[in-house]
Amino acid sequence: MKDTPFTRPVPRAINWNRLQDDKDLEIWNRLTANFWLPEKVPLSNDIQSWSQLTEAEQTLTIRVFTGLTLLDTIQNTVGAPALMPDAVTPHEEAVLTNIAFMEAVHARSYSSVFSTLCQTAQVDEAFRWSAENEHLQAKSRLILDEYDATSNPLRKKIASVFLESFLFYSGFYLPMHWSSRARLTNTADLIRLIIRDEAIHGYYIGYKFQRALERLPEAERTELKDFAFALIFDLYDIEARYTEQLYDPLGLTEDVKAFLHYNANKALQNLGFESLFPEEACRVNPAIMAALSPGSDENHDFFSGSGSSYVIGKTVATEDDDWDF
Amino acid sequence: MGGLAYFSSGSGNTARFVDRLGLPSVRLPLRGDAEPPRMTAPFVLICPTYADGQGRGAVAKPVIRFLNVEANRRLLRGVIAAGNRNFGETFAMAGQVVARKCNVPVLYRFELAGTDTDIARVRDGLTKFWGTECLTPA
Repeated sequence: MKDTPFTRPVPRAINWNRLQDDKDLEIWNRLTANFWLPEKVPLSNDIQSWSQLTEAEQTLTIRVFTGLTLLDTIQNTVGAPALMPDAVTPHEEAVLTNIAFMEAVHARSYSSVFSTLCQTAQVDEAFRWSAENEHLQAKSRLILDEYDATSNPLRKKIASVFLESFLFYSGFYLPMHWSSRARLTNTADLIRLIIRDEAIHGYYIGYKFQRALERLPEAERTELKDFAFALIFDLYDIEARYTEQLYDPLGLTEDVKAFLHYNANKALQNLGFESLFPEEACRVNPAIMAALSPGSDENHDFFSGSGSSYVIGKTVATEDDDWDF
Repeated sequence: MGGLAYFSSGSGNTARFVDRLGLPSVRLPLRGDAEPPRMTAPFVLICPTYADGQGRGAVAKPVIRFLNVEANRRLLRGVIAAGNRNFGETFAMAGQVVARKCNVPVLYRFELAGTDTDIARVRDGLTKFWGTECLTPA
């Protein structure tokens, strides 16, 4: 080893008081303020509600959750760590470690749901199902191919944003659906915490993508944009088949697809791109939207012509030291 | 028609929305320590939301600094807030905070960079709103 002329770069301590990108600290603060663990959610209050689901509904729910667990596992162990070598600031690396860890918390929390509500045999069957399901495996492969160390740093970010902001939603739909029917409401609370985290992850990785993209020559920018749209088309194809397989028996497939279109557009917006699906295809069932952001539509706004011209929210946190009035 | 002021961070969502609106507008500085612009005529503010799970920090610092200028506040007639429904109850909360602080209505809320419907509604809404502006309390 003595012969190899390897010169290690000087190891540098991270200084959070010297930022190259303010977004790093903003996101660090938001993620750490939002930290949670599944133990915080009283999942056992859903035991009775769980017992009222039919066996088919239970099987579907467990399968959907093992599918979500798989995506969180990939993002925890491969996706977020794969972005670290491409980080342009030490603070970005630190944020990515937080993202990686929270994905582990998400993956772990589905097992909390299982141990609280389900029979071991049912759960074991569902994990076997997820390992063998062709659609679930196909989307995982497409994403993992991009996470390969040899992949272009920006293609990795595109794949990562699509996982965070698009691929989860065929699964997230179901707990929102149950919640809109007053079923498994505590489980839905837990899923909403996951949704909140994934929204920040998709936003941040998409932001870093945009910063890196703007430094590239036009031809490379076009190439990456074409790649992004081609990848979301391929992923959508798989998601559509996965959705049909899972939701056809409940007659919910079209409803889920509208939710997929809506979220695919949001994933593209996180990357700074325009929408792919027309608005007619994105009309999400209002009950699902209400389950996603409960309470937020009790406040109507002026242009929507809802009668009340003034929004009176419940107590909102306005105590910020920076306000002078 | 009155004016528009907006804040958009590096993610550029709100900037893309305002760009598509195609109306004259003033962009607030990215950093909280930069000098805020002075408005000279009644205007509507468009701003995104940065709240944590408890709703803290919903309004971006440069927006707070801009509204700390009493002359700007006096000319503010309404707020349009951006956000993401994935944040649940805190969706577009910056609108509520500014509305309460400045005693103006929340005019509209949209997600990320908005949809074509959002653009059409805000254009129509602003035209009608400025038509009745003399009726709205300053």
